Amino acid sequence: MSDSRFLCLEKLTLSYGKNVAVPEMDLDIGKGELVALLGPSGCGKTTTMRAIAGLMEPSSGSIILDGANITRVPANKRPVGLVFQSYALFPHLNVYENVAFGLKLMGIKGKQLDERVVDGLKTVGLSQYATRKPAELSGGQQQRVSLARSMVMEPKVLLLDEPLSNLDARLRLEMRTELQRVQKESGVTMIFVTHDQVEALAMADRIIVMLDGHIEQIGTPEQIYNNPASDFVADFVGFENVFERDGNKIKTLSGDVTVSGDIAPTTKGLAWRPTMVTLGEGPYEGTVRGTSFAGGTREYLLDTPLGQIKAECDASLPAHDFGAALKFDLPVHKAAQLARTGSL
Amino acid sequence: MRNKLYAPIILLLVLAFLIGPFIIIIAASLSAGETLSFPPQGLSLRWVIKVFEVESFRASFGISMFLAIGGTLAALILGIPASYALSRYKVPGAETIRTIVSSPIIVPGIIVGLALLRYFVVPFNFGILLALFLAHTALILPYAVRVVSASLNNLRSDIEEAAVLLGCSRTGAFFRVVMPNIRGGILAAFILGFVTSFNQVPVSLFLSGPGVRTLPIDMLSYMEITYDPSVAALSALLAFMSLGIVFLAERFLGFSRYV
Ligand SMILES: Nc1ncnc2c1ncn2[C@@H]1O[C@H](COP(=O)(O)OP(=O)(O)OP(=O)(O)O)[C@@H](O)[C@H]1O
Ligand SMILES: [Mg+2]
Repeated sequence: MSDSRFLCLEKLTLSYGKNVAVPEMDLDIGKGELVALLGPSGCGKTTTMRAIAGLMEPSSGSIILDGANITRVPANKRPVGLVFQSYALFPHLNVYENVAFGLKLMGIKGKQLDERVVDGLKTVGLSQYATRKPAELSGGQQQRVSLARSMVMEPKVLLLDEPLSNLDARLRLEMRTELQRVQKESGVTMIFVTHDQVEALAMADRIIVMLDGHIEQIGTPEQIYNNPASDFVADFVGFENVFERDGNKIKTLSGDVTVSGDIAPTTKGLAWRPTMVTLGEGPYEGTVRGTSFAGGTREYLLDTPLGQIKAECDASLPAHDFGAALKFDLPVHKAAQLARTGSL
Repeated sequence: MRNKLYAPIILLLVLAFLIGPFIIIIAASLSAGETLSFPPQGLSLRWVIKVFEVESFRASFGISMFLAIGGTLAALILGIPASYALSRYKVPGAETIRTIVSSPIIVPGIIVGLALLRYFVVPFNFGILLALFLAHTALILPYAVRVVSASLNNLRSDIEEAAVLLGCSRTGAFFRVVMPNIRGGILAAFILGFVTSFNQVPVSLFLSGPGVRTLPIDMLSYMEITYDPSVAALSALLAFMSLGIVFLAERFLGFSRYV
């Protein structure tokens, strides 16, 4: 067992009755990594987490954790923690008792128990709330209790299902840093689910992009952001102009259009962010169909022979009116070269 | 202006209608006269004291208590797992089961009593006490299922999974995190069941036999022979008992949340 294969899913298949939600997933996660599981609704993120936690039995394949095959280990015996999206705090117990719950079941008592609970509460900054009931806490505080309750168990892997989605925008930012801090300080291997790419990019060491039960791409935030592997990932991280490529042509609404520039032979598609589109000059022309002011920049929606193009340029440049004809270019050297297409 | 006057009058009438009989009973039971009458003839506690001296009242009170407590406990022992299964698992035909489980509420007690007598007690030669016990359990079961289900439905099911992930077995999770959170509902169901059973007449009427009868049945037969105010005194005492239970429940549990 090496550190980079701390948690391994091997040909893991997860089904609900006859419906296969996740077919034959392979995945390696390193020790101490902070990994984001990113994907649209229904792609199987929760299903995968539940399987790792043991709340769902895989129909085939195996789960290896720290060298041990835990596929058939029941959920209550797995060294895996799960923080629920709904927090799932025990309403009849106060904060302290919630955090102590699992430790007591492990047979820890007395001073040792108290130390670990107090420690856990301190880590998430809730020491002064120990005697409150969950109902008397804000969403963010409940989230922290839930985090502490799992953390004090010292799991080998901590899973978080959309930990931030129930929080308002400001708290979400705060909890992002908080989660990162707790993870770095404890060194626990952490996987969190999100369908917000900004969150994944900001927090994770590595991002797993899922689509329809399979993994589209795994990479660092930089790799995902700059070099998406497929048209789906490209679109997901903001390359809104995506074309399939055939030789030195791209496939558009009005047939194939020749582009010039270096394209790797394996490239199946080209994608441009709105900011990568050159406006005001170039070989193509479109009509402005929509414009919106976004602070520092202005966004344009163009109707063009290539299809709809989204472009964005500095707001200090003179604005183009609705209906105006506008020249533009899709510079190949800026484009992301996609290894796969067809998943959009 | 007229509306303002009507509202309190109607309220008073309703209150009089609800509380009136109760007041009449209390007054009648404090009568010093020989027969049940209102307004009372003089004031005395002799009929209240008499209640405790009637041998058959003591015996039937014991039976009623046994049925109310035992029947309710049995109904809860059956009803809690049933409610749990109905609310947590996708049981095939859950709606049908729910309807069947709550059917005694819509079937008149007389019919239930007659059916039990005709098809169980007579052919199987059940003891009267056992028959009464089973009948009361069956009568209370719907209340138990309803009230417990209501509090189970208010409880998120993911706390059980959270408990399992923290080391509990499935059963352990039920006792450690489900039961404590539906305790109020269970107590409410208990009180509701207790009061229902205690005041039950029609079913018990058919099943009561020589030597074994519930308190309300005993009171009925007592009145057939004697028409003294002790029945009123007993009724008043029972009413106070019910009130006391409900008051305590409301005070400590917020009983009305569950019913
Ligand atoms: N209990 C279930 N029974 C049957 N099918 C289910 C069940 N739970 C999920 N599924 C199906 O499995 C697939 C994956 O669901 P899952 O909940 O894992 O998605 P997700 O990625 O977590 O989505 P979201 O972002 O909406 O939470 C979906 O197609 C869903 O319909
Ligand atoms: Mg989900």
